[in-house]
Amino acid sequence: MIDLVCLGKAFDLQKEIVAKITGIEDSRVVNCKSLNGDLVFLQSDTSINPDLANQKVVVGQKFLDQLYLGDVLLLKPNGFVRILFRVKSNHNSLFVTEMCNSNCLMCSQPPKNADDIDYHYTINEQLINLIPKSTKFLGITGGEPLLLESKFVKLLDDCQNLLPETHIHVLTNGRYFAWPKFVELFNGIDKERIVFGIPLYSDFDENHDFIVQAKNAFNQTILGLHNLGRNEFRIEIRCVLHKLTFERLPRLAEYIYSNLPFVEHIAFMGLEYTGYTPYNSKLLWIEPHAYSTELEQSVLFLNSVGINVSIYNIPLCLLTPSTRKFARNSISDWKKEYLEECIGCSHLNDCGGVFGTSKIQSAYIKAIID
Amino acid sequence: MENIRNKRNRKFRTREYYGNSASDYHLLPFRFIELSESKEILVNEVGESLIVPRGTALKIAQRCIAENDPIIPDLISRFFISRKPIPELIDVLATRYRTKKSFLDSFTSLHIFVLTLRCNHSCHYCQVSRVTENREDFDISYNDIDLGIDHMFKSPSKKLTIEFQGGEPLLAFDKLEYAIERITRLNKDFKKELSFVVCTNATVFNTKNLQFLKEHNVLISTSLDGPEFLHDANRPKTGRNSYQLVLNGINYARKMVGHDQVSALMTTTRLSLDYPIEIIDNYLENGFNNIFLRPISPYGFALKNKTKNIYDDKKFLEFYKKGLDHIIKINQRGRYFVEDYTAILLKKILTPFCTNYVDLQSPSGIINNVVVFNYDGRVYASDESRMLAERNDLTFLLGHVSDSYESIFYGKKSKELSKYWSNESLAGCSDCAFQSYCGADPVYHYASQGDFEGFRPTSGFCLKNMGIIKHLFELMDFRKEEVMPIFISWISN
Ligand code: SF4
Ligand code: SF4
Repeated sequence: MIDLVCLGKAFDLQKEIVAKITGIEDSRVVNCKSLNGDLVFLQSDTSINPDLANQKVVVGQKFLDQLYLGDVLLLKPNGFVRILFRVKSNHNSLFVTEMCNSNCLMCSQPPKNADDIDYHYTINEQLINLIPKSTKFLGITGGEPLLLESKFVKLLDDCQNLLPETHIHVLTNGRYFAWPKFVELFNGIDKERIVFGIPLYSDFDENHDFIVQAKNAFNQTILGLHNLGRNEFRIEIRCVLHKLTFERLPRLAEYIYSNLPFVEHIAFMGLEYTGYTPYNSKLLWIEPHAYSTELEQSVLFLNSVGINVSIYNIPLCLLTPSTRKFARNSISDWKKEYLEECIGCSHLNDCGGVFGTSKIQSAYIKAIID
Repeated sequence: MENIRNKRNRKFRTREYYGNSASDYHLLPFRFIELSESKEILVNEVGESLIVPRGTALKIAQRCIAENDPIIPDLISRFFISRKPIPELIDVLATRYRTKKSFLDSFTSLHIFVLTLRCNHSCHYCQVSRVTENREDFDISYNDIDLGIDHMFKSPSKKLTIEFQGGEPLLAFDKLEYAIERITRLNKDFKKELSFVVCTNATVFNTKNLQFLKEHNVLISTSLDGPEFLHDANRPKTGRNSYQLVLNGINYARKMVGHDQVSALMTTTRLSLDYPIEIIDNYLENGFNNIFLRPISPYGFALKNKTKNIYDDKKFLEFYKKGLDHIIKINQRGRYFVEDYTAILLKKILTPFCTNYVDLQSPSGIINNVVVFNYDGRVYASDESRMLAERNDLTFLLGHVSDSYESIFYGKKSKELSKYWSNESLAGCSDCAFQSYCGADPVYHYASQGDFEGFRPTSGFCLKNMGIIKHLFELMDFRKEEVMPIFISWISN
């Protein structure tokens, strides 16, 4: 795992700054520059280097050895530094809000209620100006990004204009798209370069509504998917696997094929044991091994009717042999880990590993020998 | 719909809070039929089906389904019942209905040109052909080809299939050449997606005609009835071995135009009924990946030859079931081999899409999907219609190719026929569970029962389709694990 945040001590930093790394002097000093020219130095040492006495400096930054030229950071006056964008990573995202209109039982980043839209918007508008034009992939995530409403469309538009080669992947619950008028706002967007990743947890409305803790969410999401499909937007459906979703999984697969055959990809995702999940563990936790039959049935069905299907976040040893080829190396590099059990595993190179952030791991993880 | 802005309260609520009681529900349109002593099948308006315990339909209608009955999620998610009188997902249902009927969007796509009645064979069940040398009387004229093509390009369909039939169409190769070249030339402007098919007995190939068929990507469809003894009995050709001739033709064509460009159709005669396995194995041996187990049609000359060809429709069902079972075994052994009629029905049952098979549509395929330009310039509603005409029954004559497009396609005859071409409004079909998988066939019912509407209890069309569809449901229920992977592999391309 890689740490994305670090608390140090800041000198002469009056306000928050979004800055791109412009120089790596040695493993102990790094400098970065914001859009309007502010220069900030980062030091691993805890005491300020005399050469930098008159500069903006943050000391005590332990992760300097992980930074590369072009990475973008958020620096706060209290000495808190967050890596917003890593040039060496394929998993960069714009984080747009912590608010959400759902409250999923297994949310890995539980939402907050304070209105932070403008705060993140300002950061992101700077960020997209600082990241390389050659960026291939950029995610947009929250919270629920669609809560930004027209600001979200503006942000997308700016992304597409500033980053003409970038593919954008938005993680949203899609409920807002139930209103055709809202979908119309996106008409100016380049549909080829954007995919909406939308979670669907059941074919039965009550199950889905219970899981996302919002009444009528199922109907809104389905209508949203339908409206997006009608307007030829690219769609990915995501389903997190746990005790409340696995039983009807084959039904869900059929439901998607029958009602939403236009989706271009379906991802079944292992549960990350973090955020709300430990709190709702009794409701949610099940050994991946225990749902492998339902998963296999669903994956093979979708694959055979010609819909792209992937399995995310489940190590190969927990899958049946026939479903292993659908597993993707999906865990973000900074969260990924392998365990002691993996030593000697013949699939180590293909396996996506486990969440370093999960507080418990499956008891069935075991090196595959063949 | 309620406001969906940011949540304020993040306390988790129980399952019950999100569970609407289901005792208060509304029915969506669906029909049902018994499957076995203990089970019945429910099918809704868009072809979504559920196999449930006997008596479920009654319980649903009487609102006697217990609130915790595990069937409730299925009934709701598959659009059999709804919590509101008009389901909130009505738009989704509407799209599905439109998709199922989308074969109508494009109107006529299959255009059959009967180039000649002349043939070098004399099959005893053949409805139309003549063995004659008189070209003038039995070949289509260039002028009529032109007029037919002009009508064809008026079709709103983006895809056009042009099928050449006979007699033996390759005996009128000059006409075939002419038609294909003219269509290809005109299509530079029309830009339709074209497919050409020629239905031939495969005995008159030569380098010249095969070279031409290859150049224009023409699919070759020929007839193969099964093993030698059967094929020869069905298709006598004086003094020669018909089976060998066809096989030589098939192999020759495969070599010249490519293996996949050559397909074969079989016709089931009374003699064939005892040999489903042998017929299928013969197709396998000859390198085909599919077979269409189809009954002989009750039309034209076939009716005259009663003793030989009119057999109990039930016998055909047995033949089909035995054959399908054998084909399933073949697939289980790892060889991909499809029964075409089954695949068409499975697409209707298991996918949200429509099929383009003209004989199983409602509204029926006649006129809506297919039209026939006969050798004599007459225009018929379907291939079967012109077979009737060869027995001097002009009931399905739509007009002459020199008539206007409107009078042919929207004329009095079409209007009259349209009253009987939707099974939604036919007695027997209107409340049949299999309505959305089945079709309406006024031509068949006219030919076999004397009127367009037909009488379902004794209709061979109904007996066959009801029997086959039910059989498929039986297989998908009782032998689910075994057959589903195979069936799904058949629908996915
Ligand atoms: S043992 Fe480790 S490397 Fe091997 S499949 Fe399991 S999690 Fe992956
Ligand atoms: S023909 Fe028979 S099986 Fe087909 S819809 Fe009508 S009643 Fe049903």
